[in-house]
Amino acid sequence: MNKPGAPATTTAQLSFKLNGELHAVRSDPRTRLSQVLREEFRFTGTKVGCDAGDCGACTVLVNGQPVCACLTSVGQLQGAKVETIEGLRHTSPIFDRLQKSFLRHGAAQCGICTPGMLVSAVALLNETPQPDENEVMDALGGVLCRCTGYRKIVRAVLDANHAVALHAAVFEGGPVGQRVARLDGRKKVLGEEIFGADDWPADCLTLRVVRSPHHRAQFSFGDLEAYRGVHPGIHGIFTARDVPGKNIFGVISQFADQPVFAESESRFLGEAVAAVAGESGVISALDLSEFPVTWKSLPAIETPKDALKPGATPVHAFRPDNILVGGRVVHGNVDDALRTADVCVEAEFETGFIEHAYIEPEAGFARRVGDRIEVQACTQAPYNDQKDIAAILGIPESSVRVIPTAVGGGFGSKLDLSLQPFLVVAAWHLRKPVRMTYSRTESIRTTTKRHPSKIFCRAGATQDGKLVAMDFAADFNTGAYASWGPTVAARVPIHASGPYKVPHFRAITRAIHTHLIPAGAFRGFGVPQGTIAQEQLYDALAETIGMDKLEFRCINALDNESPTVTGQVIGGGVGILACFEALRPRWHEAHKEAAAFNSAANSLRRRGVGVAGMWYGCGNTSLPNPSTMRVGLKRDGRIALHQGAVDIGQGSATVVTQICAEALGVPLAKFDLLSGDTDITPDCGKTSASRQTFVSGKAALLAGEQLKKNILKIAGACDCAKIHFLDGALLIEDGEKKKTVDLKGLPLDERGYVASAEATFDPAVTPLNDNGQGIPYAVFGFGAHLSEIEVDTELGTIKVLRLTAAHDVGRAINPTLVEGQIEGGAAQGLGMALMEEFFPGKGENLHDYLIPTIGDMPPVESILIEDPSAVGPFGAKGVGEQALIPTAPAILNALYDAVGVRIRKLPATPDKVRAAILAKADSDLGKAYD
Amino acid sequence: MYFRPSSLQEALHVLADTRATILAGGTDVFPALGERPLSGPVLDLSALEEIKSVSFTQEHVLLGARTTWSELLAAPLSRGFDGLKAAAREIGSVQIQNSATIAGNLCNASPAADGVAALMALDAEVVLASRSVSRTLPLVEFVQGNRKTARRPDELLTCIRVPRRLENVVSTFLKLGARRYLVISIVMVAANLLLNPDGAIREALLCVGSCSPVALRLTELERALVGKPARPGIKQYVRPEYLGRLSPIDDVRATAAYRRDAAHTLVERALEACAEKALS
Repeated sequence: MNKPGAPATTTAQLSFKLNGELHAVRSDPRTRLSQVLREEFRFTGTKVGCDAGDCGACTVLVNGQPVCACLTSVGQLQGAKVETIEGLRHTSPIFDRLQKSFLRHGAAQCGICTPGMLVSAVALLNETPQPDENEVMDALGGVLCRCTGYRKIVRAVLDANHAVALHAAVFEGGPVGQRVARLDGRKKVLGEEIFGADDWPADCLTLRVVRSPHHRAQFSFGDLEAYRGVHPGIHGIFTARDVPGKNIFGVISQFADQPVFAESESRFLGEAVAAVAGESGVISALDLSEFPVTWKSLPAIETPKDALKPGATPVHAFRPDNILVGGRVVHGNVDDALRTADVCVEAEFETGFIEHAYIEPEAGFARRVGDRIEVQACTQAPYNDQKDIAAILGIPESSVRVIPTAVGGGFGSKLDLSLQPFLVVAAWHLRKPVRMTYSRTESIRTTTKRHPSKIFCRAGATQDGKLVAMDFAADFNTGAYASWGPTVAARVPIHASGPYKVPHFRAITRAIHTHLIPAGAFRGFGVPQGTIAQEQLYDALAETIGMDKLEFRCINALDNESPTVTGQVIGGGVGILACFEALRPRWHEAHKEAAAFNSAANSLRRRGVGVAGMWYGCGNTSLPNPSTMRVGLKRDGRIALHQGAVDIGQGSATVVTQICAEALGVPLAKFDLLSGDTDITPDCGKTSASRQTFVSGKAALLAGEQLKKNILKIAGACDCAKIHFLDGALLIEDGEKKKTVDLKGLPLDERGYVASAEATFDPAVTPLNDNGQGIPYAVFGFGAHLSEIEVDTELGTIKVLRLTAAHDVGRAINPTLVEGQIEGGAAQGLGMALMEEFFPGKGENLHDYLIPTIGDMPPVESILIEDPSAVGPFGAKGVGEQALIPTAPAILNALYDAVGVRIRKLPATPDKVRAAILAKADSDLGKAYD
Repeated sequence: MYFRPSSLQEALHVLADTRATILAGGTDVFPALGERPLSGPVLDLSALEEIKSVSFTQEHVLLGARTTWSELLAAPLSRGFDGLKAAAREIGSVQIQNSATIAGNLCNASPAADGVAALMALDAEVVLASRSVSRTLPLVEFVQGNRKTARRPDELLTCIRVPRRLENVVSTFLKLGARRYLVISIVMVAANLLLNPDGAIREALLCVGSCSPVALRLTELERALVGKPARPGIKQYVRPEYLGRLSPIDDVRATAAYRRDAAHTLVERALEACAEKALS
């Protein structure tokens, strides 16, 4: 077809200027620029989040203009000028100020969107050096962020060209409580951070997975060898029979039920049945719909209601009733109390699957090293992964090395294994490194989701506003496999009362199997769903009584001495009342402002104000939950911290180091961090359940204190002496005496340090009895959000104008990072309230599955309450999940305040809100004629 | 095979000979691939400078097919193009607007294409060229259905023509989505009013998108508005039956009933916005 005279560009001719240098391109001209940058030039600072222009993570400048590298063929760039995050620091005069501003403001959390944000911001600032907020939003509106809630990014761009003194490196009074820029921040703002997809050995093969196109199906393979024969370049095809150990894994071992590859029946759309590994070019070009597998679609159960019908097919034969597990907390006599309560309200609530939508799809590689396997991938739980991978391969745990990369957002889903089992099976057999990166569709289709819920609840109060009883029943759709279903079922009933005194209480939950995507952990383990029901119901209760909704919450707020619904008396650090009281000034102002707006404006737009409270237990529910931290003094006078608390963007690496530095009395700059590589760092448990600051932080505190003692012992000084860490030496100040200890000559201990310490912390909890009574958590975090919204009553659209968030964090180890958690949690809560719902099999992309953009997030005022916990390090409590929980009910309560309608089946999309407004108008009209 | 011709004639030859995949901005071609790499012959238009500009003839404003939405926004166009520019700002994101071309938006023929509704309300025509012949079609005839156009495989859309009689219409475009930025329209409305010197409506052009396989001109309402004053309160002329030919569907973004209701509201608001502008 290539006739003489036909104009063709051949690869040999193709070249463009990349970051200031002319480069010839070897790749096929049809290749996406993003792929060429990453694979051919190894400029991995340009991230790939969706391959569809939906997330903007791959934004680069082409001839000075921001474009998505994933939507640009490299052939289009003949002669063009391309700039990436790696180049901008050399070519852009404003880049340095901008990245410093990002660091100062905490605008990078996980860092996966940061290159796209920075590149977009450079383009803006080149043309508009002093932009206003709207200009910043317009310029950055094409880049999604799931961590920050965007506000700190907006601030960082607005401030980039304002001269601001940087925070000094050394602080008075120690590092705890300081707004330290995150210690891993510089890598993130320079595009140098290594995420799951950013590193692979030179001779790496590529792997892809063959997945079920049906919710439920029987399948059989055709001639796999023949398939392999017609595709030279395939090195191996793997199915269930190739799993050397157990073809089963699961985050909670007693419930483990998920196969690496389904064996004869697949139980959800997207379940893996086989994997193909080989040369990268061959594997990526395969049309997997031609893979020799025959499917027979079977009737599938899609709802818990169908799963519970008599005679329903069991999803698993060993769970014949389709109930994975139940949860139960009973306190007092709820039926009698509700019968005799002055006022009683009840309602049913429903939420759907919610996608985590981190911008980094799962990625990593595995390689066999002798009889060991190494897996480098993004994960929230390296030691859990190690255990399951060992079982899958049938090798000892010590033969598995898990090296966590930076995690480009996790929010619970990266607690579970995703692609690791396929990689290790292939690498084990092939004895060659094998890598894989999930496509966005694969990530959405096959990784865990937030549990859909159906909740019925009743609550009663006295006429003067005292809560007397609550009855709560929730069914969760846990999908095809257990994942974290048991945790959700156990955690929700404990929290279903909210942070209130409820003398008579009953909460019953069930996690029910269906043939849908497994539901797992997502920021809050079911508590957000429960709180949406409970906080809307309490609002209705206050309304029925005729009481101010904030005051109703204040008079019922839990305190230090009152028992929780599990009978636990927390004893101290119950800061919920302080949170509500901190909101009171804005509560009254906001109501006044809304009333003024509503009386002045045309009636089509209505404003409303809502509040909701929250509590959340930090750490595992009634289960051991240890973290171990190791810290050592090196001969150069620096401190090595073996810190295995995986930083998924929330900042644990920084917070844990701040705590250890404070305990040891040493500046942060003296620390060298070793991350959660299972070969070199002890187990710090999972990054889940808002436990890292609390549990791992406490272990860091204990380890730091112990190291200090050990050092002083070596120096022969008393425990009260002060240590100054010098280059290769210590200066010990013991009262009047000063003494220098030269470290270079000192012997090393068994861990390889001059002195070292290892400390484990495991919070004290007790098992719960049959009625759920006991001490499920050693520490709770508390919080309350106030939302102000405007409703377009004709269109049903909701604009959140402002959020005020009060959180009792015990002690804010790093206030900037705490605010980052609050703002980011609030953004996910806003998404949950207004736009997010995943339908298995539909819209597995980031333009159908909507998360908030920079234009959806209002200003957030964070109010930090520090009512110290007796147990946490320096009084600190967790905040990661706490931050998300009250936002959605606060918005829904504001919706009721604005227009008098309640949305009980989330999300409150414009069509649902409009329908509710019309239904209310009809019913009001009816009443008018009564 | 990858073709990147620098003249239109060359491009038309390639297309006639190879039926290559046409790659303009790439913002629809690449997402449609899913996990597959781009394969087969590709005709990359990015070196075709001759179809990338805004120009004027006696009768028409000519928008070169390869003009990006950002270039359109920067072009010196009269106020009649305000609605089209508003649509341009709503397309995806800055990144998308910098790559995506006007013709690409039309040829992709999504029912939710912001550019289709805005250009239909400007009585736009498209010029289609092949190696042998060139023809002009009204946009309403060019877009035939969901992802379906009248373009023949050997034709390139080279130019969009807007009649100059509409250069100074009062122009509005309203888009409704479930979030700000990067959002596919639930409903969109483009409204253009050509006014007599006395402020009465000489010609009304109203188009609703995302509520039918192809964006729909509300011809009955357009007729009903002729002769009416373009003043606040103009929405009184919008009657539900004028939107009767819309055929919205239920999908993940909204229900059909909501789309119909919201379309009505947006048509009213677009007309009121035009009336406000007419006064200023």
